[in-house]
Amino acid sequence: MKQPTVKAMNLLEQLQALDFTLVELRLYLHTHPDDEKALQQYNETAGQRVTLKEQVEEEFGSLAPNEPFTPGQASGWGEGLWPWQL
Amino acid sequence: MFVYEKKLLYPVKVSSCNPKLAKYLIEQYGGADGELAAALRYMNQRYTIPDKVIGLLTDIAMEEFSHLEMIATMVFKLTKDATPDQIRDAGLEPHYVNHGSALYYENAGGIPFNASYIAGKGDPIADLYEDIAAEEKARATYQYIIDLSDDPDLNDGLKFLREREIVHGQRFREAVEMLKENYSERKVF
Repeated sequence: MKQPTVKAMNLLEQLQALDFTLVELRLYLHTHPDDEKALQQYNETAGQRVTLKEQVEEEFGSLAPNEPFTPGQASGWGEGLWPWQL
Repeated sequence: MFVYEKKLLYPVKVSSCNPKLAKYLIEQYGGADGELAAALRYMNQRYTIPDKVIGLLTDIAMEEFSHLEMIATMVFKLTKDATPDQIRDAGLEPHYVNHGSALYYENAGGIPFNASYIAGKGDPIADLYEDIAAEEKARATYQYIIDLSDDPDLNDGLKFLREREIVHGQRFREAVEMLKENYSERKVF
C-alpha cells in the first residue's frame, strides 16, 4: 500500500503532539483540579484539535470508528495503513 | 467501552532491522514490569480505589495500552525483515520455532506473561504504592534497554517512554497525598 506523503506525516505528527498535550494535562489536572491556567490550556488545545483532526483524516481516512465516512476522504476506519505500517 | 484511535501516542522509528534489540524490548511487552502488566494492573484497581483516584487510574491505564502499542510497533519494525540467520544470531530461535514472526506476551527470557506480576490488594495505599514501585521498575528497565541499544531512532521513542514512567510515578505520589489528606479530615464521632 502507498506510503503517505511528507505533508500527511507532518500533519499526523502535529496531531500526535496536540493529543499528547491533552494526555499530559489531563493527568496533571486529576491531581491539580484547581489549576485554572492548566485547565485553560487544556480547553484551548482541545479546541485546536478539532480542525487538525479533520485535516489528518482528509489524508488518512477516519481515525476512529463511530464517525461518519466523509465522501472524498481516503478511506473508512478499517482501511488504509495501520500505525505500525507507516 | 473502548474506542480505538488509529495512531500512536508518539511516533516510533527504528534505524535498521535488529532482532537482538527486539529480544530486549519484549521485556516491556510481556515482562513483569512491562506495559501489559501496567495497563491490566491499573484497569483492575479502578473498581475498589476511592472515587477521587478513578479518573487518574483510568487515564494512566489507557496510556499504558498506548505504550504497549508503541512497544509492539518497535518489535514489529525491528524484526519484520529479519532473515533466519539474523534470528539465530539474535538468539531468537526458540521464539521463532514456537511463534514464527508473531509477537507474543513474554519476557526477554521467553517466559510467558503471568497474572502474578500484578497485585490487587483492595487497599488504596497498598495499591498506589505498588503502582509507584511498578513505574520506577519500568523506568529502570527502559534505562537498561537504552544502555544496550545503539539505535538512535529507537532510543528517541524509548526515552519518551522512560519519561512517562517518571510522570506517572509523580501523579501516583500526588494521589497518595490526596488520600492522606482525606484520611486526616475524616471526623470520628
